Amino acid sequence: MHAISYSHVMQGFPNFFCQPNLREDKLQPRDFHILFVPRRSLLCEQRLKEKGVLNSFTNIDEYILDLIPYDGDLLSMESESSFRECYLENDQTSLYHAAKGLMTLQALYGTIPQIFGKGECARHVANMMLRMKREFAGSQTQILPVFDTLLLLDRNVDLLTPLATQLTYEGLIDEIFGITNGYVKLPPEKFAQKKQGEGGKELPTEPKKLQLNSAEELYAEIRDKNFNAVGAALSKKAKIISAAFEERHNAKTVGEIKQFVSQLPHMQAARSSLANHTSIAELIKDITTSEDFFDSLTVEQEFMTGVDTDKVSTYIEDCIAQKDPLIKILRLVCMQSVCNNGLKQKVLDYYKKEILQTYGYKHILTLKNLERVGLLKPQSTMRNNYPTIRKTLKLWMEDANEQNPNDISYVYSGYAPLSVRLTQVLARPGWRSIEEVLKMLPGPHFEERQQVPTGLHKKRQPGENRTILVFFLGGVTYAEIAALRFLSNMEDSGTEYIIAATKLINGTSWIKSLMDSPEENLP
Amino acid sequence: MTPALSKSERIVSRTNDYTCNEMRKIELYEMGWNLKDGLRECLVAAAPYGGPISLLKGHNRRSPSARPQLEIYSSSGLPLASFPWKSGVVKQLGWTVSDDLLCVQEDGTVLVYDLLGGFKRHFSMGNEVSQSQVLETKIFHSPYGTGVAILTGALRFTLATNIDDIKLRRLPEVPGLQGAPSCWAVLTQDRQSKVLVANGSHLFILDNTACTPVTPPGLSPQASSIVHMCVSFSYKYLALLTDSGHVWMGTSNLKEKLSEVDTKIKTPPKQMAWCRRPKSQQPSAVVMWDGLLIVVGECKETIQYHLDDDSILVPELDGVRIISGTHHELLQEVPGACEEIFKIASMAPGALLLEAHKEYEKESQKADEYLREIKEQSLLSEAVRQCVEAAGHEHEPETQKTLLRAASFGKCFLSNFPPEQFVSMCRDLRVLNAVRDYTVGIPLTHTQFKQMTVQVLIDRLVYRKLYPLAIEICRYLKTPEYQGVSRVLKHWACYKVQQKEESDEVIAKAVSVKLADAAGIFYSEIATKAYESGRTELAIKLLEFEPRSGEQVPLLLKMKKSPLALSKAIESGDTDLVYTVVMYLKNELNRGDFFMMLRNQPVALSLYKQFCKHQEQDTLKDLFNQDDDHEELGNLYVKASYKEQRLEARIALLQSAVDEYYKAKNEFSAKTTEDEMRLLRFQRKLEEEKGELLVGFSLHDTMTTLLSVGLHKHAEQLYKDFRVPDKRFWWLKLKSLAEKEDWEELEKFGKSKKSPIGYLPFVEVCIKHHNKYEAKKYVSKVTPEQKVKAHLAVGDMEGAAEAAIERRNESEISTVLSRCSATTDHLLMERLNRAKATAVKK
Repeated sequence: MHAISYSHVMQGFPNFFCQPNLREDKLQPRDFHILFVPRRSLLCEQRLKEKGVLNSFTNIDEYILDLIPYDGDLLSMESESSFRECYLENDQTSLYHAAKGLMTLQALYGTIPQIFGKGECARHVANMMLRMKREFAGSQTQILPVFDTLLLLDRNVDLLTPLATQLTYEGLIDEIFGITNGYVKLPPEKFAQKKQGEGGKELPTEPKKLQLNSAEELYAEIRDKNFNAVGAALSKKAKIISAAFEERHNAKTVGEIKQFVSQLPHMQAARSSLANHTSIAELIKDITTSEDFFDSLTVEQEFMTGVDTDKVSTYIEDCIAQKDPLIKILRLVCMQSVCNNGLKQKVLDYYKKEILQTYGYKHILTLKNLERVGLLKPQSTMRNNYPTIRKTLKLWMEDANEQNPNDISYVYSGYAPLSVRLTQVLARPGWRSIEEVLKMLPGPHFEERQQVPTGLHKKRQPGENRTILVFFLGGVTYAEIAALRFLSNMEDSGTEYIIAATKLINGTSWIKSLMDSPEENLP
Repeated sequence: MTPALSKSERIVSRTNDYTCNEMRKIELYEMGWNLKDGLRECLVAAAPYGGPISLLKGHNRRSPSARPQLEIYSSSGLPLASFPWKSGVVKQLGWTVSDDLLCVQEDGTVLVYDLLGGFKRHFSMGNEVSQSQVLETKIFHSPYGTGVAILTGALRFTLATNIDDIKLRRLPEVPGLQGAPSCWAVLTQDRQSKVLVANGSHLFILDNTACTPVTPPGLSPQASSIVHMCVSFSYKYLALLTDSGHVWMGTSNLKEKLSEVDTKIKTPPKQMAWCRRPKSQQPSAVVMWDGLLIVVGECKETIQYHLDDDSILVPELDGVRIISGTHHELLQEVPGACEEIFKIASMAPGALLLEAHKEYEKESQKADEYLREIKEQSLLSEAVRQCVEAAGHEHEPETQKTLLRAASFGKCFLSNFPPEQFVSMCRDLRVLNAVRDYTVGIPLTHTQFKQMTVQVLIDRLVYRKLYPLAIEICRYLKTPEYQGVSRVLKHWACYKVQQKEESDEVIAKAVSVKLADAAGIFYSEIATKAYESGRTELAIKLLEFEPRSGEQVPLLLKMKKSPLALSKAIESGDTDLVYTVVMYLKNELNRGDFFMMLRNQPVALSLYKQFCKHQEQDTLKDLFNQDDDHEELGNLYVKASYKEQRLEARIALLQSAVDEYYKAKNEFSAKTTEDEMRLLRFQRKLEEEKGELLVGFSLHDTMTTLLSVGLHKHAEQLYKDFRVPDKRFWWLKLKSLAEKEDWEELEKFGKSKKSPIGYLPFVEVCIKHHNKYEAKKYVSKVTPEQKVKAHLAVGDMEGAAEAAIERRNESEISTVLSRCSATTDHLLMERLNRAKATAVKK
C-alpha cells in the first residue's frame, strides 16, 4: 500500500491515478487506497470522479495532520503557501486548519481561557475557534488547562522581521543552507571523515544531511545564540569534552574505569556533535566575514534605524547593476519600503524598472504580488509612522549585547523583532500601554475569554510560570523563536512561551512563496 | 418453600448415567390480546430479545373481499398496530435487528414496516425470484445485519445477507433435487452465509461457489430422511430430526456429534429450536408437535410438556420462548447459580447464605450457625456472588429481592468485598423489571440484556416511542448525555416534526424548549426529518438552532436554499464546504445568476477564482470582465503570453495587456509592457540578422550578450532607447569587457568620460580577473575616500598607508594595520601606529 500525500489539489495528483498502467494492471489485481494528508479535499475527489477512477479505490480516508511538533516548544503546520493564500489570494483554508489544529490542541491540553490577537487573520481564526467550541458543546473533555493564554499574530502585522537577516546560529543556518522539516543539507567537503590509512582518497559528493533539534545537547545550547557568541561557546565545550576524556588517566580502580566506560558513548556523541557544529560554524563564518555580507547587513541596519529610507539606495542600485540574486534585491527593497511606510512613487518606479530591465519583464507579476501584500507600496499622504513604532516598542537597541544578551534585540544584533516585542509587552505590562502603536499596525486587536468549567481553574503556585501559546499566522522565523525562548528563560519573566506557526520561514523562502513566474507554467 | 417454584414449574429428570438438563419454564405474560382462534392459521413472527410479535391472519385467502389483517403486538400481547393487508400474498414475516417488520411476498418483493405499522420501503429479491415465485423463505440474522434467504419455485436459493445493503447472491444448484427439499436452514460460517439443505437423507452445504455434500458424523442409519433441522442462536450448533424420530445434535460445521436421542415420535414436528444456555456443558433442543413439546438433551430420556394450545417457539440466546394464544413462557435450562441455591437440600454456599438470612429475619440463632458453616469453608464471598448472580436470573422481583438481601447480609461479614457486581446487578434489575413490565412488554433476561447492551435497549424503547422511559433509564444509568438523553430527545423531536396537525411555530418552539439544555443535539438531523415529511419551512426554522454551520449546508442545498447554504458554508470557515456549495451552484444555476451570487460573497468568489486559475482560465477572464477588473485582466494576458510559442501571438497578447493596464490607469505596467514588446521585436530582428539567441532575455542580459560578441553599437542603442541609468550601463560594460579580457577597450571606455560609478570598481574588477597590472592603472583615479581600499586591492601597502595617514582617518589606518605582516612591514607599522595615535588625539 502506498500512502499518498498531496500538497495541492490542483496539481497533477489526480492525473497520476489515471495512467493506464495503474488502471489496467491486470497481471496483479491490487487494491488502491487513498489516504489524504493533511485533509480530505472535495475538489480532489471530484477531480478523481471526473476522471472516472474514484470508484476503483477500496478505501478513501484522511489522516488529519494539523500541527506537527518540531521541538519541545515548537509546532508547525508546514503549510507552505499559507501566507500567500491568506494575503494574496484571499483563500483562508489554512486558517480553518489552524483553528482545527487549535481545537485539537485544546481537546488534549484543555480549554485556553484567554485569547489575544492582532490582525485580520487572527480575528478570523479566533472567530472560528469560538464557533467550533459552541459546536462541540457538551462533548468536551475535562482537562486542566495547560495554556493560560493564546496569542494569535498575523504575519502582516510585522512584515519587517522576516526580511531582516537572522543572526542567531540556527537562523543563519536557515538563511544560508535552508532547514527543511528539521533537516539541513550541507556541502560535504567540511565533513570528510579523516581516517588514517585512507588518507583523503575521495571526497564525498552527497550533501551531508543533519537533523537539527534540541535533542542534541550542544545544539540546544547554541542554536539560539547570536552567531558571534557561538565560537566562544564551542571552544568552551571543546575544553570540557577533552577534559572529560582526560579523566581516564585518573580512573584507577575498576569501578572508576567502569564508570568512565559507561559514559563513553555519551562523550563520543558529544565529540562528534562538536565536530559537526565546528564545521558548520566555519562554513557560516566564511560567509559572515565576507565584505558582501557586511555591506548588506549595514544597509539593512540603516533602513531599520531609519537612515536614508526615502531615497534610492546606492547599495541596492549597485547590487542590481551587478545582478546579485533577485531575492536579495527584493528583500532589501521591501525592507526599505516597510521601514519607510512606503516609497516615494518615483523611487518605487525606479526600483521596479531597474529590476524588470535587469532580471526580466516576467517578474512584473511578482512585483504586483509584493505590492498587493503590502511589502512594497507607494507612500501615501500619511505620515511615516515607522519611527514612532520603532521608538515606542524599542525596536532598535544601540548596545545589543551579543555575548550575554539582556534583550531580545540580540537575535538581529540590534533589531528587536516587532512580533516578539508585541508578545513581550502583552505579558507585561499589557497591550493597554501601547494602544496607540497597535492602532498604527494593520488589522484589529482583540481579547476573548473562553469559559473554563468550574473546578478546572488553574491555581498557580507562587513562582509557577504562566504559559502562553504564540501562534504566527503566515509563518515564523528561527530568530523570532530564539527571541521567544530567550524570554522564556529570562530569570524574572514568569512566562513560558510555546510557539506555533503555519510554517517555519525565512526571508528567502517567504519572498519565494510570493513570486510568480509565468514561464514555469509552460506546458 | 423454594420461591422460584411459586410461578414456574420445575422438571427434574434423572437417569442412571447422566445428570440431565434441568429445565425451568417461567411464565412471562398472560397475553393481553384477544385472539378468537388462537394462533391457528396465522402467519406469526416474533423478534428475538423479547421483541414484538406480528400476526397475519388468513394470509392464504386470496379473495379481495376478505383481506387478511396484519397485526403487531408487544411481547405481552398489547396491540401496537393493525391494518388490512392490501399487497400481494405474503409467504413469510420476520423482524430485522432494528425492530422492523419484513413481509416477504410470493413475487419476491419484500415490504418493510416499522413496528408501529408505518410503511418504510420495499425492495425486490430479483427477477429470477419474481419469475419463478417464492416457495419458502427464511429471515436470518448475522453480524452483517438481517438477511433474507429464498427458495424459489425453480428450486434455487437466492440470498441477501444484509437488507440495508442488498447484494443478491444466487447459490449453486443442488444436485438431484426434484421437489422442495425436506428441510433447510441458513448458517453463518467463516464470515459467510451458507445454506444447509436436506434432500431425503442427503445433506448439502451451499455457499457462493459450490454445493458440497456433507455427512453428519454418527447419524443413526435407520433414518432415510432428515425431516427437520435447526441451528442454534450463535450458529455454532446444529440439530437434525430424522424420519425415524431421532434427534442428532452436533456442531454446525458437522465435525462433531454431541448427542443423539430417540423421541419415539415419527410424525413430522411443527417446529424445532435450540434451547441452550451460553457456556452450558450440555446440548439441548426443543421439538414441538401439536400439543406436545419435547426437550432433548444429552441423556436418553426426554422431558415432555403438554401444550393446550397452538404455540410457536421463539429461540433466544439462553432459552426458548413459547407463545400461545393465551400465554407467553420462557423455557430455559436452569442457570447454574439458581440450581445451586434452589436445589432441594443444597449445601452450596449460596443456599446456606439464603437460609442464614432467612433465619436472621426470624431472629433465630440458626443464622449464626449457617453463617459459621460458610465462613469455616471460607466460601462467604462465593456465597454472595452466587446470590447476586442468581438474583439476575430470576424474574420475580420478590425472589430477586430475597436473594439480593441475602447477598447484602453476607457482605456485612466480609471486608474488602468489591461492591461493583452487587451495585450493577441492582441497577440492571431495576431497568429489566421496568422494561419487562406488562405495559412495555420486553421480557429480556439478564444474559440477553448484557449481550444486547443498554444502547440497543434504548433504541428499542425509542422505536416504541417510549421516550420518557428511555430518558429515565438513561438518567438512572448515568449514560453520557449525548449517547443517552440527547439521543432520545433527538428521536423524539424527529417524531414530533412529523405530527401534521400542529403548526410549524408550535413544533419548533416545543422542540427548542425541550432540547435547549441537552448537549450535542444535532438539529440538522431533525430538520432533515422535517424536510422529508414535506415541511420545508419547519426544517429551516429548526436549522437555525443547529450550532454547526457545516451541518446546515447539505440540507439547505437539498431544500434549494442555495444563498443561505452559501452563507452558512462561509460562516463555518471550512473552505472545502464552500467549494461544495460553489460547485453545486455552478451546475444548478445559469452562468449569469451564478456570477451574481458569487459577487455578493467575496470569500466564495475568491475561492472560485482560485479554482478557475488552475482549471478554467476562460471563466476567470469572464469573472474579471464582469467586475471590470482591468488590472487582473492585464495580468491574465501577461501570463497567457508566456504560454505562446509564436512571437507574434505573444506580442499580440502583450498588446491586450497594455490596453487593459491603460484602462486600469496603471501607467507603469502599461509602459513597461510596451518596453517589453519593443525589446522582443528588437531581439527578433537582431536574432535574424546576427544569429545570436536573444529572444526572451532581459534587457540587461541582452546588452551583456551583445557586448560579449562585440556588438557594441547595438548595446549602446539599447542603452539609449531604454534609458538605462548610466551607472548600471557602466557596471555592465565594465564587467563584460573584463570578462572578455578586452583590456584595451576597457581602458578606452574608462577614459571616454568621467565614470559615474567611480574607478574603484575598475580596480576591483581587474583584480578579480587577476590582472594587477591593469588594476594599477585606475588606482590614481579613485576618489580620496576610496584610495585606501584601492591600494589595498592591488596589494600596495605603502600606498595604502600613505593614503590613510594623509586622511588621518583612524579606522582606515587600523584597516591597513590589520593587513600588515609583522615581519615585512615593520617600519610601516611603526609609522601607522604613530599616525593613529595622533588621529585618536584629535
